[in-house]
Amino acid sequence: MNDHAPHADHEHEHPTWKQYKWVALILTLVTVVEVWIYYTPFKETPYYVPTLLVLSAFKFATVVLYYMHLKYDHKLFKALFTGPLIIAGCTALALLALFSHLAIPE
Amino acid sequence: MASAAAVAEHHEHTHYTTTGLDNRKVAIWAFIGSECMLFVSLISTYLIYKGKSIVGPFPHETWTAPDGHKFNAILNIPVTTQSTFVLLMSSLAMVLALEAVENTGKPGYAGKIRGNASFWLGFTAVLGMTFLGYQAFEFTSFVHEGLTIHTNLFGSSFFTLTGFHGAHVTAGVLWLLTLMSISMKRGLTQKDALLVDICALYWHFVDVVWIAIFTLVYLIK
Repeated sequence: MNDHAPHADHEHEHPTWKQYKWVALILTLVTVVEVWIYYTPFKETPYYVPTLLVLSAFKFATVVLYYMHLKYDHKLFKALFTGPLIIAGCTALALLALFSHLAIPE
Repeated sequence: MASAAAVAEHHEHTHYTTTGLDNRKVAIWAFIGSECMLFVSLISTYLIYKGKSIVGPFPHETWTAPDGHKFNAILNIPVTTQSTFVLLMSSLAMVLALEAVENTGKPGYAGKIRGNASFWLGFTAVLGMTFLGYQAFEFTSFVHEGLTIHTNLFGSSFFTLTGFHGAHVTAGVLWLLTLMSISMKRGLTQKDALLVDICALYWHFVDVVWIAIFTLVYLIK
């Protein structure tokens, strides 16, 4: 088992050249949509920020899954990335909550 | 003697690990995980201080100083959109560089542009330098418009966040140029794919950080 182990992280499949180009096109289109809605009256609605956050999260996940190959990679790599990301996200939420609700106005 | 040399060479190219994964790749993922925490803390600081500046210039609003001088909203969305596009395309060039190295000499790659790792590594580095050029332009124009790292809370948190990101892009460009020079000197083969893979992971991470910064800093008012 261990004889073949050093190559375990290279035995996954990767997207093809064509898929990479599709991913780039999708990322570009999502960026265009993000900037387009910035210049529309949609910007003044309460849905603007959640929409941007969802689009941004989609782009983030697409790059991580396809360009960084995390979709195809070993689960240890997934854990090494998502673990700190979850901790960081929770820390950010805690900080934002603390400073928005507990800050004493001057 | 020859046998000992063969054994030594075998040991040089294979790393037996308890996880079955190459330590270098585990290390880069652990490093990227720690970098996530660094950048999330910087972004959190920016968001906490957002709207708390007492004096301008401000990111999205105009401001008139007590002396009557009027400052426009400082963020330039069209310019930053272009630099974002450049960085997204650099990630495409980076995956094509990795693919070129992983398929060295294979039919469909040998002698073609898609099999030319030096070209794709160099192209990625050029796109990275273009992004840095945009950032230098942005920083310079901000300083000319009266926003420095000392001006207000927005300036301090903005320059710290984007400056750290720019420093990471600079390190990535240097890494890419090093790999390109190795590729031009002796050529990169499938055996070197992991070296390019590690650099690619770092480069894509720099890209995803910018995806978050672009939305949270530039597009959300």
